[in-house]
Amino acid sequence: MHDSLARTSFTAPAEVIERLGERGYVADAALAMSVFLAVRMGRPLLLEGAPGVGKTLLASTLAEVFETRLIRLQCYEGLDIGQAAYEWNYPKQLLELQSRRTAERAEGADGLFTEAFLLRRPLLQAIDASHDRPPVLLVDELDRSDEEFESFLLELLSEFQITVPELGTLRAAHRPIVILTSNRTRDVHDALRRRCIYHWIDYPPFEKEVEIVRIKVPGLSQHVARRVVDFTQRLRRQELAKPPGVAETVEWAEALRVLAVTDLEPTTVSATLGLVLKYHDDLETVRKELLTTLLDAGAA
Amino acid sequence: MIGPSVEHSVVSFARALRTAGLSVGVSQSESFARALLLVDATARREFQLAARATLVSRHEDQPVFDAVFDAFWSEGQASSPRGQKVPWAPRHDHVPRTAFAAYMAQRARTEDPDVEVPELAKAASALELLQRKEFAQLTDDELRSIERALRELRFEPALRVTRRRVPSRRGKTLDWRRALHAASRHDGAVLALPKRRRKVKRRPIVVLADISGSMEIYSRILLQFFHGLTRIHRLTETFVFATRLTCITSQLQMRNVDEALEQAATAIVDFAGGTRIAECLRTFNRLHAGRVLRRGAVLLLVSDGWETGDAGLLEAEMRKLQSFCYRLIWLNPLLGRPTYRPLAAGMSIALQHVDDFLPIHSLQSLRDLSTHLARLSSRRCRRVSGFLSSPESAE
Repeated sequence: MHDSLARTSFTAPAEVIERLGERGYVADAALAMSVFLAVRMGRPLLLEGAPGVGKTLLASTLAEVFETRLIRLQCYEGLDIGQAAYEWNYPKQLLELQSRRTAERAEGADGLFTEAFLLRRPLLQAIDASHDRPPVLLVDELDRSDEEFESFLLELLSEFQITVPELGTLRAAHRPIVILTSNRTRDVHDALRRRCIYHWIDYPPFEKEVEIVRIKVPGLSQHVARRVVDFTQRLRRQELAKPPGVAETVEWAEALRVLAVTDLEPTTVSATLGLVLKYHDDLETVRKELLTTLLDAGAA
Repeated sequence: MIGPSVEHSVVSFARALRTAGLSVGVSQSESFARALLLVDATARREFQLAARATLVSRHEDQPVFDAVFDAFWSEGQASSPRGQKVPWAPRHDHVPRTAFAAYMAQRARTEDPDVEVPELAKAASALELLQRKEFAQLTDDELRSIERALRELRFEPALRVTRRRVPSRRGKTLDWRRALHAASRHDGAVLALPKRRRKVKRRPIVVLADISGSMEIYSRILLQFFHGLTRIHRLTETFVFATRLTCITSQLQMRNVDEALEQAATAIVDFAGGTRIAECLRTFNRLHAGRVLRRGAVLLLVSDGWETGDAGLLEAEMRKLQSFCYRLIWLNPLLGRPTYRPLAAGMSIALQHVDDFLPIHSLQSLRDLSTHLARLSSRRCRRVSGFLSSPESAE
């Protein structure tokens, strides 16, 4: 266990649950299996699920567990190689040109496109040969990028190499552990899905979510934790524009701890509801119609 | 190591999944086999989780997978996968036909593709007359001519400037990479300034069409028009509704128009019933809007506005719908009648949240719609709130 290199992998799915648990991440058997296979087989892990169920958190926890770097790439429309993989440092190149022209003309422009002038963006960082152990590469909210980027990513994930025309092909010494997340605002293409270990993270069942809240908000009483989880789980069953995720539950529990609340009262709930629901329409519906019903149902 | 019998089981299990409608690639069954070397394959639960992690690639497929798994690997059956009853994946669901759907399908079939084409000049002048004739007053023969004309209708979809940049001579931002490459070829002298500009793409088009009883006479022609739209523009999503919302995008993507319409008719469960626009919009807003109304989409809402439901709900849903899309165009066949005034309760409320209000009652109006779409701005622009009365003032 003390050999640091032996720790960058798992021997069994049960170990995934244990080691993620040590860092405060509660994983179930199915998720543990997906993480285990992704790490052991060197395949990307594609995580889908509602916002706030811990997709991004899994990547950072995994990096902690392996004591390795987390390299994060946030996707957005129009994301291109320049921002995702590499770019040339143009100001530096220009200055170099200038200084050469003033000093002596002989050298010309040789050596302008060398590693010294290369800006490494997340994807290139992830396959950098200088790592002593595989980093965790998080490609967050893949559904926000466009199709062009997806095909570029597909290429990268099959070979774990990037070709810079001026330099040649750069290859990963240690294959990074790749985690892709998607909120499903756009369908991720089949070709990419097939390359991945796929996992859908659902909202956790009641007891699991209570456990998460207790771990993340240590000072909160068992009673309030259970009431909070009960209330948010009931909210999820309503027709809301954006049902609260686990992240919201935790945030709300944290607020209630700061307020030193001992039980859920309608006034406190109403005043702090903005931490749970992020749309005006949802807030209105719940405050006006559902608040007392949901609270009473939980108290019973 | 994996023995040949396990290998065989893996392959036939993958086949059973495909039979049930899941898309399982060869690379996926390979990784399942590899995964079996890493886990305790004698523990059933562990075995199932490994199979699921490697073979399922969509959340919707999970229940089907579990059912197939149970049927396949239940004791004593692992060796004989054939002849088992397995459920179908959700997207292959077949819904019962209603009488009208069956009628539509039948009409689609009886139409003879080898029908004699009338003499060209005559056909053209006849078509000219048809341009302005209302769909509602067409005879069967005229309907067929219109349908033929629809197949030839071409249009340029609306464009949108994306955030991706491509090299271009007319661009405004400097392409540093190309500039410095050129410089390095010329002893460090910058002789030209290559440019980049934002890439232009087609705007996605989303159709939401009312096919309730009062819209029945237009349904077939309009569906055909949407089929054409889908063929020309890959990013078209089509939904139809009367009392329930149905997505018919995949049906309309079939090449053959008759086949496409037949398939669509099979998928639609409530042709020619009453209308519940508000509820259908609500369903659309909740389940589909976030996915299909992105990247500056243009929404075509086709309905005559005869709404019987809750006016308050309609108002709220129309407001949401408009906020989701770049432009909301309401197409109303009744608008073609000179005496028509949008006074129906539903219509007048909805018009507060509409960007354009256009007629869709004749071939000419379909052509006008095409031009209108082509003229939409490719850039973001401030929304003039409320309804603009005509395409001219919409510019």
